[in-house]
Amino acid sequence: MAATEQTIKQVNTLGSSDYKYGFSTEVDEIRPPKGLNEEIIKFISAQKDEPEWMLEWRLNAFKVFNKLPKPQWAKLNIPKIDYQDCYYYSIPKSLKDKPKSLDEIDPEILKTYEKLGIPLKEQKMLSGIAVDAVFDSVSVATTYKKQLSDLGIVFCSISEAVKTHPELVKKYLGSVIPVSDHSFAALNSAVFTDGSFIYIPEGVRCPVELSTYFRINAMNTGQFERTLIIADKDSYVSYLEGCTAPMRDENQLHAANVELVALENAEIKYSTVQNWYPGDKEGKGGIYNFVTKRGACRGKNSKISWTQVETGSAITWKYPSCILQGDNSKGEFYSVAITNNMQQADTGTKMIHIGKNTSSKIISKGISAGKANNTYRGLVNILSKAKNARNFTQCDSLLIGNQCGAHTVPYIESSNSDSMVEHEATTSKINEDQLFYCQQRGLNSEDAVGLIVNGFCKEVLQHLPMEFAVEAQKLVAISLEGSVG
Amino acid sequence: MLEIKNLHVSIEEKKIIKGLDLSINKGEVHALMGPNGSGKSTLSYVLSGKDKYEINDGTIDYNGKNLLELDVDERANEGLFLAFQYPMEIPGVQTSFFLKTAINSKRKYLGQSEMDALEFAKLMKSKAEELNISTEMLKRDLNVNYSGGEKKKQEILQMSMLSPKMAILDETDSGLDIDALRIVSEGVNKLRNSDNSFLVITHYQRLLNYIKPDFVHIIADGKIVKSGDYSLALELEEKGYEEISQTA
Ligand SMILES: Nc1ncnc2c1ncn2[C@@H]1O[C@H](COP(=O)(O)OP(=O)(O)OP(=O)(O)O)[C@@H](O)[C@H]1O
Ligand SMILES: [Mg+2]
Repeated sequence: MAATEQTIKQVNTLGSSDYKYGFSTEVDEIRPPKGLNEEIIKFISAQKDEPEWMLEWRLNAFKVFNKLPKPQWAKLNIPKIDYQDCYYYSIPKSLKDKPKSLDEIDPEILKTYEKLGIPLKEQKMLSGIAVDAVFDSVSVATTYKKQLSDLGIVFCSISEAVKTHPELVKKYLGSVIPVSDHSFAALNSAVFTDGSFIYIPEGVRCPVELSTYFRINAMNTGQFERTLIIADKDSYVSYLEGCTAPMRDENQLHAANVELVALENAEIKYSTVQNWYPGDKEGKGGIYNFVTKRGACRGKNSKISWTQVETGSAITWKYPSCILQGDNSKGEFYSVAITNNMQQADTGTKMIHIGKNTSSKIISKGISAGKANNTYRGLVNILSKAKNARNFTQCDSLLIGNQCGAHTVPYIESSNSDSMVEHEATTSKINEDQLFYCQQRGLNSEDAVGLIVNGFCKEVLQHLPMEFAVEAQKLVAISLEGSVG
Repeated sequence: MLEIKNLHVSIEEKKIIKGLDLSINKGEVHALMGPNGSGKSTLSYVLSGKDKYEINDGTIDYNGKNLLELDVDERANEGLFLAFQYPMEIPGVQTSFFLKTAINSKRKYLGQSEMDALEFAKLMKSKAEELNISTEMLKRDLNVNYSGGEKKKQEILQMSMLSPKMAILDETDSGLDIDALRIVSEGVNKLRNSDNSFLVITHYQRLLNYIKPDFVHIIADGKIVKSGDYSLALELEEKGYEEISQTA
């Protein structure tokens, strides 16, 4: 059965308002002691058999991290994070001695992915999607490897790329998100464990959707994902990222860095469906999701498009951005962020226009229910050389109930008089008459809310790859369960 | 089918329905006529369970059940349908998807499995053709940028696909052109059988030429002031509400 089909079926069978991916897997884990220090970083690097230059890079990042202040500006109520009270590395023992094939992977882990609807066995593979699955700190399997390598496409875990393609990693890692960018970027650079690496060679259109599935399983473990995607001249790639975590009473930290580089005429489409455990109704537990995602349109006519559906996590702090360097390059950001109960989200984008005739488009849909808070924070920055730059921004917020909040914080900085920036924003409450109309047609109140909210998000959801759009629609409905009553 | 006794309804302290009695049996079509603001739409909302209306007195029995105790969606799934005077627009939701969701909600309520996609497509196509609704229309967002008449036709399409037991049509004829009026009426007549009932709210006797009612009621100031057969509608057309109410 196809992966998405399986997931949808699974989602369908789950009727209650509880988190659907809240099971955990019993596997023996290898873990160094809690805490953040040089020893841990050396341990991680040694576990991964990294070359010396990689370790140096990490240690330098750690020095930077110690000097940087913690970010203050997000409209979030962030409890002080105790970096010493967290594990930075955890891998299932059975994965320590790299399994050569899927047959060698612990059946418990394979089962986990099956439960999630992500089949890793080749024969069960979803046609058209190559999957890299990250379980806690390591990459479990990369499917479709052979077919991709015939095209010269590199799709592997970043730890593997460090060894097999050091020149590419050295050249591009940290080139879009400098280590010193902010504290989470530095932290990630010091302790990142795994993530995906993709290189699409010149002139190649990647024939399948590439996909990574992240799962946090171990207790008290931070997950520091690092993804690097490089699209060489005239190439195209579409990448999907999905995530879940089990229900735990304590908070878990996910601090990812994702860097994209598009060279001349290249296009990267990056889609995320994030449903990390959001915590319970009272706000206990849940993932802290502090993610730095940034794409550089380095070449002329290049394009980077971010689409995200953010429904999970206790706290989301994330601004997928585009640096539009190449002339005529394009950046797009399509976002749905849903917060329910006690969830907090502060998300948006930055579009930095540097090249001539660069254009960007931002469509953001924020939905808040319960006592949740949802902030769109965006920056459109047009530098003086960006003649004829264009931006269109539309931010719509939908409130369900009286106790939630929506905030829109758009910053526009333009140093070029030829440029044109348009901004539209709306905030509305879910329309009682629409709900009544749907219920009069037999939909229960939750289905009615799900339907209306999905309609509200349509402009964004339609940018997801087909297979994921349906799943995302169900997620939208599920994450709002219990919001009316 | 439906038995309303001594109904008193107010909204925000304002009394709208003031002692209304109405009894509708299986297989009957009742017409409800009355001046603007007399409480017709209010009655239709109370029957379908809309919030914010306060029921101060009275009972409503629907097929042996206390209607007032059922939720909006339960009433709908038990076969009560309201064709709205002002249908709602739902942006981003394709009309055909809405229809499918409605049908499957009902099937789920009745413990049936979801309708097969092909079966649904066939049903929708044939019903839409009967009402002269194009398939292009069904791909558009529900009621968004539909003309007034198109919205009314859409209500009747939904009704015929859900085949309700008790349908309330609130001024469905207003805004329909002459041809559409005939087509919509034919649609309603086709649905009529000995098991279902209709409450047709209208200002115009013309509709009742097409949909022949068994009873005609005149409502004024929240009460039914006169009931009769089809000829009452003709009489009303001639004399107007003022005179009729006085002779009541
Ligand atoms: N929410 C409300 N608050 C105050 N008054 C209301 C409210 N809703 C309806 N009314 C009043 O109740 C009365 C009855 O309204 P209703 O819509 O039932 O009339 P109607 O008979 O359907 O009229 P029409 O023929 O114009 O459609 C009107 O005077 C209207 O102004
Ligand atoms: Mg009315």
